[in-house]
Amino acid sequence: MIRFENVSKVYDGQRRAALADVNVEIDKGEFVFLVGTSGSGKSTFLRLILRELRATQGNVYVAGRDLAKLHSWKVPSMRRQIGTVFQDFRLLPNKTVHENVAFALQVIGKSKTTINRVVPEVLDLVGLDGKGDRRPDELSGGEQQRVAIARAFVNRPMILIADEPTGNLDPATSVGIMKLLDRINRADTTVLMATHDQTIVDQMRKRVIELDDGLVVRDQSRGVYGYAT
Amino acid sequence: MRMRHIFAEAGAGLRRNLTMTLAVIVTMWVSLSLFGAGLLAQQEVGLAKGKWYDKIEITVFLCSKAVAGDNCTPGQDATEAQKVVIRQTLQSNPEVSAGGVYFEDKHEAFEEFQKAYKGNPLEGSLTEDQMQESFRVKLKDPQEYAGVVSSVAQLPGVQAVQDLKQILDPLFSWINLLQWGTIIASALLLLAAALQIGNTIRLTAFARRREIGIMRLVGASNFYITLPFLLESVISALIGAGLAAGTLAAGVYFVIIRKAQVSIQSLAWIGWHQTILAMAAVGIVGILLAVIPTLVTTRKYLRV
Repeated sequence: MIRFENVSKVYDGQRRAALADVNVEIDKGEFVFLVGTSGSGKSTFLRLILRELRATQGNVYVAGRDLAKLHSWKVPSMRRQIGTVFQDFRLLPNKTVHENVAFALQVIGKSKTTINRVVPEVLDLVGLDGKGDRRPDELSGGEQQRVAIARAFVNRPMILIADEPTGNLDPATSVGIMKLLDRINRADTTVLMATHDQTIVDQMRKRVIELDDGLVVRDQSRGVYGYAT
Repeated sequence: MRMRHIFAEAGAGLRRNLTMTLAVIVTMWVSLSLFGAGLLAQQEVGLAKGKWYDKIEITVFLCSKAVAGDNCTPGQDATEAQKVVIRQTLQSNPEVSAGGVYFEDKHEAFEEFQKAYKGNPLEGSLTEDQMQESFRVKLKDPQEYAGVVSSVAQLPGVQAVQDLKQILDPLFSWINLLQWGTIIASALLLLAAALQIGNTIRLTAFARRREIGIMRLVGASNFYITLPFLLESVISALIGAGLAAGTLAAGVYFVIIRKAQVSIQSLAWIGWHQTILAMAAVGIVGILLAVIPTLVTTRKYLRV
């Protein structure tokens, strides 16, 4: 589903590589944690998959497509197969929950009938049924993140990328979010989650890829956050 | 569904930046009006030039008993043989228009003289025999007089060729200056309008950066993201261009058709034909002026 072949990324004007000769393969339906300190290359890794960045060397494949050879006008259709969730939720404050999720479908040209059918379904799935008319500022942090997950998942993407999705949430709320991501993963969606949250990684016992200074220093199935613990 | 969303976004953008939208419309209005006025002025100069050019002639004065010249035998008129050579030289010159050589004899010259100096003490001072014969020459392009002048100036029997250079050169340079001045002034104003559109779009894009970020994230096409911006600027431009077209029409009607045409009938004046062409040009330039800066500005925000 996602494959990195000898991928290096050097930012313009910097000598040090943000990613150096990374080889990783993530299969369909896997749940993968991406761990490492700040500046270890996690964000670069995720942005390469979204093709917000291009690799300096090597090839990145997403859903069988070589992103280096992908025309820029085809990038939008590639991104429709990837859902993305961020630490800061990135909701539109002047739209309701329903409108926020519907927005993702409107802008890729889905019909109103489809939107009105699919959006309540996905709100139900993330546990927000009955809250479609609320605005983001009327919701708790955990609920806002559920809206963001609903928006990322509403188009049934093959891959869900989550960049520190529990970074702004308390531990109890985080558990709820992780259960939701786990449920989405069980529906055969590949989930790739970058995190600092040691407890979550240790509890979930999923595959762990650790980056340090741009290098993959560990790739362990059913792993924990660090060797020490 | 798609289109409704796009129009809603464009409308929201126009309302959100109401003051900027108004500023763009007013700038467009003024600069496009001036641009159109420049076009019309150019047309008018062209028409006036054409009409005026038709009246321009070169006069080749021939030797007579009364005047002295380098190519004249003192005290004698130009001979018939000399006149034939001069006429042939003029007629064979490619810059002289066909049938454009007219011979004015002493009798005609005397009549012209009497007409011009009627009631003047000079009227009775000259006799018909003292008049000067001349060739009146019409040119295809009055700017190309120099070759014609030099081809006959040294022929025997030619007393003098009226030197148009001193009269025409400053005139032509003033006309050219006027035309270029109009073009440059309107070009500068149009540049200002284009920059203002670009800035307005930049503001709108900044105000909507969250939406744009999410649209890119969920895979909205570039076309879909750009279209509201494009519509927004094209709508402002069309309103500005419409006002400019109205201003031009009003200007032509009240200043030229009602006033100038009536009081100065000796000149050719532009009419509705030229006005409609200028209005069309204003419309096209207005749309380009909206589309190009918008595409340039949004490209920056849409780079994937």
